[in-house]
Amino acid sequence: MAAEVGQFALILALVLAVVQSGATLWGAGRGEPVLMALGRAAAVLQGGFVILAFGCLAVSYVACDFSVALVAEHSNSQQPLAYRFAATWGSHEGSMLLWVLILGIYGAAVALFGGTLRETLQARVLGVQGLIGVAFLGFLIFTSNPFLRLSPVPLEGTELNPLLQDPGLVSHPPLLYLGYVGFSVAFAFAVAALLEGRVDAAWARWVRPWVLAAWVPLTCGITLGSLWAYYELGWGGWWFWDPVENASLMPWLLGTALLHSSLVLERRGALVSWTILLAILTFSLSLVGTFLVRSGILTSVHAFAVDPKRGIYILGIIAVTTGAALGLYAWRAPSLRTGALFAPLSREGGITLNNLFLVALTATVFLGTFSPVFIELVGSDKISVGPPYYARTFAPLAIPLLALVVFGPMLNWKRDTVATVLRRVRIPAAMAAVAVLIGLITVGWKGVVSALALGLAAWLVAGAAAIPARRWWAGRANLRRAIRTTPPAVFGLSLAHAGLGLLLLGITGVSAWHSDKVLTMRPGDSTAFAGRTITLDSVGLADGPNYQARQARFEITGRGGPYTLVAERRAYASNQTTEAAIHVTPLGNLYISGGDEQDGGIVVRLWDHPLIVWIWIGGFVMAFGGLVSLCDRRLRLGVAARAPRPALVPAPAE
Amino acid sequence: MRRALAILPVGLLALVLVAFMVGLRRDPSILPSMLIGKPLPAFALAPLRPDEPGFASADLTGEPVMLNVFASWCGPCKEEHPVLLQLKSQGVKIVGLDWKEDAMAGARWLAANGDPYVRAGNDASGRTGIDLGVSGVPETFILDRQGRVRYRQVGAITPEVWSQTIAPLMARLRAES
Repeated sequence: MAAEVGQFALILALVLAVVQSGATLWGAGRGEPVLMALGRAAAVLQGGFVILAFGCLAVSYVACDFSVALVAEHSNSQQPLAYRFAATWGSHEGSMLLWVLILGIYGAAVALFGGTLRETLQARVLGVQGLIGVAFLGFLIFTSNPFLRLSPVPLEGTELNPLLQDPGLVSHPPLLYLGYVGFSVAFAFAVAALLEGRVDAAWARWVRPWVLAAWVPLTCGITLGSLWAYYELGWGGWWFWDPVENASLMPWLLGTALLHSSLVLERRGALVSWTILLAILTFSLSLVGTFLVRSGILTSVHAFAVDPKRGIYILGIIAVTTGAALGLYAWRAPSLRTGALFAPLSREGGITLNNLFLVALTATVFLGTFSPVFIELVGSDKISVGPPYYARTFAPLAIPLLALVVFGPMLNWKRDTVATVLRRVRIPAAMAAVAVLIGLITVGWKGVVSALALGLAAWLVAGAAAIPARRWWAGRANLRRAIRTTPPAVFGLSLAHAGLGLLLLGITGVSAWHSDKVLTMRPGDSTAFAGRTITLDSVGLADGPNYQARQARFEITGRGGPYTLVAERRAYASNQTTEAAIHVTPLGNLYISGGDEQDGGIVVRLWDHPLIVWIWIGGFVMAFGGLVSLCDRRLRLGVAARAPRPALVPAPAE
Repeated sequence: MRRALAILPVGLLALVLVAFMVGLRRDPSILPSMLIGKPLPAFALAPLRPDEPGFASADLTGEPVMLNVFASWCGPCKEEHPVLLQLKSQGVKIVGLDWKEDAMAGARWLAANGDPYVRAGNDASGRTGIDLGVSGVPETFILDRQGRVRYRQVGAITPEVWSQTIAPLMARLRAES
């Protein structure tokens, strides 16, 4: 039953999406309030029906209804309840339904809470959102229907890929999609502005919270993905420059650029058409990411079951949405008002430089990711680039950008002078110098590069702390008041930049000082590694809910010890996974992964990862900074609406 | 000038879309081999099975042969193994190259899982694998009567790969004089 209800709900949602886009775009063009109101109602209803469809699929999964083909393929009754539910978005079809779900909820949110917008602008935003909805609902229903029945009904299903049965990965796709789809709102705003031919500060005030609301979960999602790869894949790495990872990194980089440029547009009315272009491109890269994961154009460790036919469809969606938006841009952007002027040395100038770097970084990743496609197009060679390419191209662009980050918030809007800016950063600069010195003392001249990187990390963190500190120093006469009146946005900015510093600290630590060792150990064997003595205590078997585990128990003495670690290798019905044993401390992790059996013992891989945990702490701190900043926007929007009823505040991403 | 700049993004998009369109038509897992049409590089392998000699590249002429690179540590090899055993029972001549591991490990693995190979050699250092351009296991080379490489399969031989690609090719090679 649930499957049929879900199927009908999806079809109704598709019809409503057609009504939504038709009524709003037509209504806005003709200035018909009735049509625009109809479009708004359709958007809310569409959201409701998509929620219903998703709920139906989730119910089928939880109830183990194996007559639904998708459930039979990705779930079985042995799986714990949480993973049966999470399997809802563990397949291609289910994850597309999740995508459509988030799109529907966002559309309904714009319709419900966008009352403070100019009516035609809101209608056009909904119109563009509706068109994206039509494209994706059509994709779902016609090429990847999640509700197909199976006959005869199997008694038991095939389980969800065991690698995905993990709390980190369960929340990873929804977070990524909140980000990707969140950028669709910014995209819709950009296209609507081009249609209206009008971009003003009110437009930017609306776009910025949406961009933030997309950026925060995307940052969390990427960080979680990296964390999952670290502890679950058993390779001890945290970033592999895999096409699928790059697919999420590209919208993040461009989204970060958009976050900064929309600030300039909001405060100073400058960078108008640039911000529009970034909004279009950021969502387009989210689409390209979807295309990449599902089309099989590139091989990847984590791609979904691929199908070139789906690839063609998504390519069609990209061609139509991005093509139409960029075509509109080519037509309308030259007639948009040019923004206010600013001196090269000003906060606007700093953000422009930041944007140039971020766009260059995105281009680097894009070319690297698609190099096999592009190179084969020119010659016949098949070349894919790996970490050495990124070390030579990404790092040289990222390092100057990181060095410049501290200057941005220290610059005044409109114009500034070199001397005053340098005076403002003297304390962070001194702290960075101290960090370089400490680094040199501990590692010596051979480690000069890592010492400099440590200095850069200290520069970022101290520079971030200087942002509120400068404010409080100016208001030190009444310090309590100065602290209380600091807007959350200032804290958000400071946290996000500090997170970047922590991230760099982690990357530096693990790249410069990691060490590893592979050996075969029998129970009772011990080995010296990175200042510790590691003894394999015993190897035994244990049963999990739907797997059997071989547990290797290690006793560690020495640095930080003594403690016990258990490395598991789990045999699921279909596959096996490695659950590495990890001892986490702020100064570094000990990572033990137990491999195949050999000569009466097991192959053990040991890694020492200094400071690595700061990579993920940095990522989450950045995301938290965004969240704090989002709280600030909320209040400011309420004030701008003149009717500060909390219900009228735009609801950011859940 | 402004107009030209505004048109630039849509132009770039068109180029990228064309590249993707072409890219979709190819199979990313096909890796061409430099060896196609050429004789195998000369090698002589140490024995794998305790009581038998290994083999050399010169031993692989006379009739079409499948050279299968495998290892006991490789997951997909386990998947491919039943197919190879079935081919053996159909009389297909397969030689095995045990790559990057101790001969003991390979021999034990074959003893436990069944042995589809007419001859088997061990390449513990991985040197021969480098000469062959092996990028990962399993990998299979199809050789003609003169010992020239005619086809390279990257990844496991599934029943489909066998029936659609390799079986017709081997039949053709057998028909060649």
